[in-house]
Amino acid sequence: MASKLDIVGETGLQFYGKMSASLSHEIKNALSVIQEHAGLIEDFTVMAEQGAPINPQRVKALAGKIQGQIDRANGIIKGMNQLAHSSMDESAKSVELREVLTLLVALSHRLASVRGITLEAKPPATAVTIRTTPFFLQNLAWLCLDFAMDGAGDKKTVGLSAEKTRLGAKLRFTQLEGLADAPTERFPGEREKALLETLNAEVTIHIGSQEIVLTLPGDLDH
Amino acid sequence: MKVLLVDDEEELVSALAERLSYRGIEASWAGNCLDALALAELENFDVAVLDVRMPKMSGIELKRRLQKKRPAMKFIFLTGHGSEDDFKAGSGEEGAGYYLVKPINIEVLIKRMKEVLG
Repeated sequence: MASKLDIVGETGLQFYGKMSASLSHEIKNALSVIQEHAGLIEDFTVMAEQGAPINPQRVKALAGKIQGQIDRANGIIKGMNQLAHSSMDESAKSVELREVLTLLVALSHRLASVRGITLEAKPPATAVTIRTTPFFLQNLAWLCLDFAMDGAGDKKTVGLSAEKTRLGAKLRFTQLEGLADAPTERFPGEREKALLETLNAEVTIHIGSQEIVLTLPGDLDH
Repeated sequence: MKVLLVDDEEELVSALAERLSYRGIEASWAGNCLDALALAELENFDVAVLDVRMPKMSGIELKRRLQKKRPAMKFIFLTGHGSEDDFKAGSGEEGAGYYLVKPINIEVLIKRMKEVLG
């Protein structure tokens, strides 16, 4: 029987692989768009060599679109970089949950989109900081979101929010109109349970209020 | 040759369609599968170039639906997967001989389109 550490390690590797595959796919898309816009500019220059006038406004617009895709790819790489760094943190450190939500949405955007799901992050106005292991938290938050997407129902939207509590913090996955029909008997499963235990956290499903709540301690070490 | 390009990256397919038109190929594009099916209802395309991973409906499923409407239509897949084996494993399309890994080269795409049309 696999130990908790084995499960957490394997789950982390799966999470890292899934995110890396999805994000590299996104980067390829951005590169593809850049390639076609650059190709159009090249086509215009070839046509200009044959006597057709170049439209400067069109070239300017294409340059702007290329810059937009470069910014997009840069944002994706920034997310990959954050995830890579967090995977090296084995011990607890100060984590701001607004940043966790922002990164989670950035990492999951494509995976949600392929499932036809829109993610609506509603981060709190003020910082919500806890001490925990960032990579394990990111992994657990993804697993909760993955299951939440199964419960999104016809509205196809998952809301994400964070709030401070007396003893720590809560992450909420909301607007789950189809939660009653989701396979709640398999959540939390073995992987989620191992991470919940590691993070001293708790996850609860609320069919009535159509949400999944992840409750986290203020300090993992105390 | 009439081509239908389908990818949820609309900037990609619109630019590609324009570039193909400069090469004498009539290309229409759709940013989602439902629009692609609607276009195929109106027009007969010789080749459809489909992204594999799209929201709500995969390129593989779209191919099946388009084939029902237009049995003579040929298909080329666009994929972000790294290799042919990855694509086949991910798509279940063991017999799909025509696929291109993004970012694609337009001249290679044209060559593939001519190949599928024989």
